[in-house]
Amino acid sequence: MSTYSATLGGRTHSFAGLAGLLAAASPERSGDRLAGLAADSAQARVAARWALAEVPLTRFLAEPVIPYETDDVTRLIMDSHDAAAFAPVSGLTVGELREWLLSDAADAPTLAALAPGLTPEMVAAVSKLMGNADLVAVARKVQVVTAFRSTIGLPGRLATRLQPNHPTDDPAGVAAALLDGLLLGSGDAVIGINPATDSPQAVRDLLDLLDGVIDRYSIPTQSCVLCHVTTSIDLMERGAPVDLVFQSIAGTQAANASFGVTLGLLDEAYEAARSLARGTVGSNALYFETGQGSALSADAHHGVDQQTVEARAYAVARRYDPLLVNTVVGFIGPEYLYDGRQILRAALEDHFCGKLLGLPMGLDICYTNHADADDDDIATMLTMLGVAGASFVICTPGGDDIMLNYQSASYHDALYLREVLGLRPAPEFEAWLGRIGLLDEGGGIRDVAGTGHPLTAIGRGLAA
Amino acid sequence: MTERQVIAPDSDTALWNSLRRHTQARIGLGRAGSALPTRHRLELQAAHAAARDAVHSPFDPDVVASALAGAATIRVRSAAPDRLTYLQRPDLGRRLHDVDRAHLPRDGWDVVFVVADGLSSRAVHEHAAAVVRATTQRLPSDWRVAPVVLAEQARVALGDDIAHALGAGMAVVLIGERPGMSAADSLGAYLTYDPRPGRTTDADRNCLSNIRPPLGLSHTAAATKLATLMRRARDLGRTGISLKDDFTPTLPQP
Repeated sequence: MSTYSATLGGRTHSFAGLAGLLAAASPERSGDRLAGLAADSAQARVAARWALAEVPLTRFLAEPVIPYETDDVTRLIMDSHDAAAFAPVSGLTVGELREWLLSDAADAPTLAALAPGLTPEMVAAVSKLMGNADLVAVARKVQVVTAFRSTIGLPGRLATRLQPNHPTDDPAGVAAALLDGLLLGSGDAVIGINPATDSPQAVRDLLDLLDGVIDRYSIPTQSCVLCHVTTSIDLMERGAPVDLVFQSIAGTQAANASFGVTLGLLDEAYEAARSLARGTVGSNALYFETGQGSALSADAHHGVDQQTVEARAYAVARRYDPLLVNTVVGFIGPEYLYDGRQILRAALEDHFCGKLLGLPMGLDICYTNHADADDDDIATMLTMLGVAGASFVICTPGGDDIMLNYQSASYHDALYLREVLGLRPAPEFEAWLGRIGLLDEGGGIRDVAGTGHPLTAIGRGLAA
Repeated sequence: MTERQVIAPDSDTALWNSLRRHTQARIGLGRAGSALPTRHRLELQAAHAAARDAVHSPFDPDVVASALAGAATIRVRSAAPDRLTYLQRPDLGRRLHDVDRAHLPRDGWDVVFVVADGLSSRAVHEHAAAVVRATTQRLPSDWRVAPVVLAEQARVALGDDIAHALGAGMAVVLIGERPGMSAADSLGAYLTYDPRPGRTTDADRNCLSNIRPPLGLSHTAAATKLATLMRRARDLGRTGISLKDDFTPTLPQP
């Protein structure tokens, strides 16, 4: 194994292999400490960054952090690497790549063309040399546009996932929360439910419910009931109204195995989803969730730091031209990201890495109640990610998910973000909001409380 | 602070009040500009504070033992010595304390129920004993059920270590889920066939979550589902994604 080293503070710090170097160069976070991979001192961390800055990008093609033979994600990364796309930066070191990304030379078309030439390890490496503001500045330049019944990722737009979860999947409870979100102008990225069970019948019932509302009110959006990919494949074969096929994915073969998925299975889901052709303005039909810590949680990280493993999950995602990818950034808990500061940093890293690799990145800006974070952290993250140009954010009623028991952004938070940054919903959805009388003169969402808005018919049947 | 009255009277108030019968979700909160009205903002902060406190309230195995009314119990600890360590070191929460391993009687048990504090001892105090009793009643009488293991500072995978030490063929871990702002007392159940420490993965488990009557799953409904899954697991010789019904892959374990 290669050794990397740098001298700092009168001491030479050495790092075993690229994996060891990347881990030591990571900002402090509880998950890397838990895995025994974190730098052992503040100076060692900065020394690792000095050493990392000198590494040529071509080194990442020669030294996989997880062996090619033992991991299908490594094979995917190496076999799909586009040497022609890589050519413009092939002579650079990691430190030089940072400066180039920040320069005017790296504009939106250039970055889009570069994406297939970058590997997850390269983007993870350069992110470790960047400050939070750098991560915002570069990500903001990248444009990734996808479409199904709405178009996601256009400049000046912010879409939202409306998440009307219910702890027992009660259709009336789901519909009530759905109404709440629609009246607050949410749902252009997807109306997505995390069901309480993976029972195919329960999933089918929710799919029919969402399909019915979307159809009845001609809403230009897509639904998703977030179940295991095998359940979706099964339901598609039985004619269920599946818009987007969902799956949680991770950055190693073993971690994906812990989710019960393989690349072969995802290939199958991709074909099945595309064959339904239910999109109207586009054909991106997959929806992936990721999040730092899942590989470590499954004891499947192979000694690679949690942010680098997370970036590898994006290599899996981009194989399938997804409509949406989001990192559920603070979902797993404080053993991986301890507090608001660590969650914010991870959110910016994930968004930056995903976008550079060509993905339509959104975020579930969230925390659990055993982490040291609160609603002010949500506001900070939301604002920075809005500036960074996130494609979409996940929103829940009042920011409180009563099924998954965690805190996320609220519909109100999304209104705030659109207002302060002048962001608008997806164009098709915005037009629908206008038709249904929810758009005000300034392009914001009209407060219709007390007006008996026509959409409340969704709730009136249930209330009777 | 769980009441959800709307202050501003308007023609939708009656609608939202009746919709709230169907969900605890914070719907129809109204707006102050784009933001929440003051009252709802403070309610959210109060609920967050209650959930934060629930994470740190201690587990009392006596509460569960007495609710089990005479059923044999064994008390164990994980390798995590205290709450702070537990929160940051899930690896320790998955491993039995070495001293306690010796207290587990190895025998040909079909199943062991593990009652584990997880992230909400309140959920365990209120629901675990009832679920154990109702599930046991629904199992075939020839099944050999091990003494109920009451585990402190425990993660789900501690059940693998316990079942392995007991020589049990299946583990049912009833564990306090992480407290949400609207639910600080939610119990999860994880069923694992042939658990092996270090080899069993999340995909090998079936999960029932939100056991929390009257708003979540009832004790009897949970017991019926669990007992059915347990019989099918034994027939099939496995649990996890190939045993369809209740596996929830997007929900991480406490």
